[in-house]
Amino acid sequence: MDDKSPYLHPQFETLSREEIEKLQVERLQATVRHCMNSPFYKKRFEEAGLKPEDIKSLADVRKIPFTTKQDLRETYPFGMASVPLRECVRLHSSSGTTGNPTVILHTQKDLDEWANQVARNLWMVGLRPDDVFQNSSGYGMFTGGLGFQYGAERLGMLTIPAAAGNSLRQIKFMTDFGTTALHAVPSYVTRLYEVMKDNGVDPRRDTKLKVLAIGAEPHSEEQRKRIENMLGVKAYNSFGMSEMCGPGVGFECQEQNGLHFWEDYYIVEIVDPETLEPVPDGEIGELVLTTLCREAMPLLRYRTRDLTRVLGRSCPCGRNHIRLDRMRGRSDDMMVLRGVNIFPIQIEKILMQFKELGSNYLITLTTDDDNDNRTVEVEIADMFTDDYGRLQQLTKDVTRALKDEILLTPHVKLVPKGSLPVSEGKAVRVVDKRKVYQ
Amino acid sequence: MTVQQLSIFIENKSGTLLKVLEVLEEAKIQIIASTISDTVDYGIYRVICSDPSRAYLLLKEAGISITLTDVFAVELENKPGQAACAMKIFAQAGISINYMYSFLVHGKGILIFRTSDTEKSREVIVLNKMTSITNDILNSLAEE
Repeated sequence: MDDKSPYLHPQFETLSREEIEKLQVERLQATVRHCMNSPFYKKRFEEAGLKPEDIKSLADVRKIPFTTKQDLRETYPFGMASVPLRECVRLHSSSGTTGNPTVILHTQKDLDEWANQVARNLWMVGLRPDDVFQNSSGYGMFTGGLGFQYGAERLGMLTIPAAAGNSLRQIKFMTDFGTTALHAVPSYVTRLYEVMKDNGVDPRRDTKLKVLAIGAEPHSEEQRKRIENMLGVKAYNSFGMSEMCGPGVGFECQEQNGLHFWEDYYIVEIVDPETLEPVPDGEIGELVLTTLCREAMPLLRYRTRDLTRVLGRSCPCGRNHIRLDRMRGRSDDMMVLRGVNIFPIQIEKILMQFKELGSNYLITLTTDDDNDNRTVEVEIADMFTDDYGRLQQLTKDVTRALKDEILLTPHVKLVPKGSLPVSEGKAVRVVDKRKVYQ
Repeated sequence: MTVQQLSIFIENKSGTLLKVLEVLEEAKIQIIASTISDTVDYGIYRVICSDPSRAYLLLKEAGISITLTDVFAVELENKPGQAACAMKIFAQAGISINYMYSFLVHGKGILIFRTSDTEKSREVIVLNKMTSITNDILNSLAEE
């Protein structure tokens, strides 16, 4: 590919709307036929009285029943697969604290296509084989690690799998290896900048950074601007989820006006989370994705639970792939904190292990100095002691137990019983005051 | 030798203390002495009052997080150095004081405290002939 081309895959990136939709129908039909190899989808279609031949147009996708995370859990580990296991070469899994974990399988072709998507994104924001890409994302099961690794390598960059943490070493890599592009969760970029400042490193003077890829954690436009000002580079928003593959699904172009979701790889729908009917462009609804190129585990109409809206279907960059707003929240109670997915039930489970605590609790998420913080208020069962030491020890024990579960340290606050709001029916457990949702 | 003290969990938020005081007011319970200590998030409000058992039940019914605690109460002469004198005795016995507060009632100094070792403290009080007082004595002092 010519370095001067703005597109890595011009044959797909510059398709007209008509061409995109024609391609989507063909790929949807092929995907649905392929899904009949999966015991789960075969049964689903039979129950719905639906045959693969019934899918004749793009609108027919709405005839297909939704797939949910619960379906992934119930078919754990391999019940969703549409190919024999011997054809799979990779497995990614989410933590299973709220029941069974979820498993996502990949064939070699799936991994190749995943890498192609990430490479397309990185090319789109101006990166070329001469660039040096440092990935400060967690590796292992977290798809932000290997996903960006393979994508950056596919593009041809020198790629540094720095992984998460150890800020001083990260900064040394950056300065010594001439890192020009960095991928990290936004709160970690802020942290890195603080450490740079403390160590007299000026990112503008001492590094060659020119592009940041940030994602896996909700953040506001204001936060992005601040991060850009700190490091003196452009920061591009990345969207991914392990169910679809990982990072790569959507990415901002240099216009920075919404994320292009790659419609040669996915069918994008935005639906009302209550009625499940489509919402008009511009209105916020739940993102529903259908994979069009996956072999091992295609997913049809997967409810992502992420809330967003359609911004447009054209762009000055020349790409007509749908543009979606940054994620505006969740239609379930999952929280995303520093790239970690957390459900309130995980926190509840830990709190209930302490007999000194009551059953009422409230999680409050805030943004302080660009960092996500979480306060867990929990009612004490009764005044079981007159001793401060024991109250403080309890606070410490609860904090440690929660940290072991969610991998982040919460601010635990004991409150008197009866002081937290108890709502009728479903109790309010999470208050999200983070700037991103304002 | 000990008196009953209310220990109330108080959130660091306006109005929470008032709720406790209003329950006591309505029940015509007299506060003889009280103290609040606080951390950032919460505090313990410790109260010596008339009829602590009734106060405890009423507050508990009102949904207040509360416990009844036995604390030591000794009477001291109202002149300088008496508290130092008393604490020296405990220090020499190797007993540490968890918390302490003091007040004057009709010219008598009263020291309320909790220690790390209740049994040993009792011995120390008896052996050193300290004047310990009960809820009844406190009540009558307060009513004089």
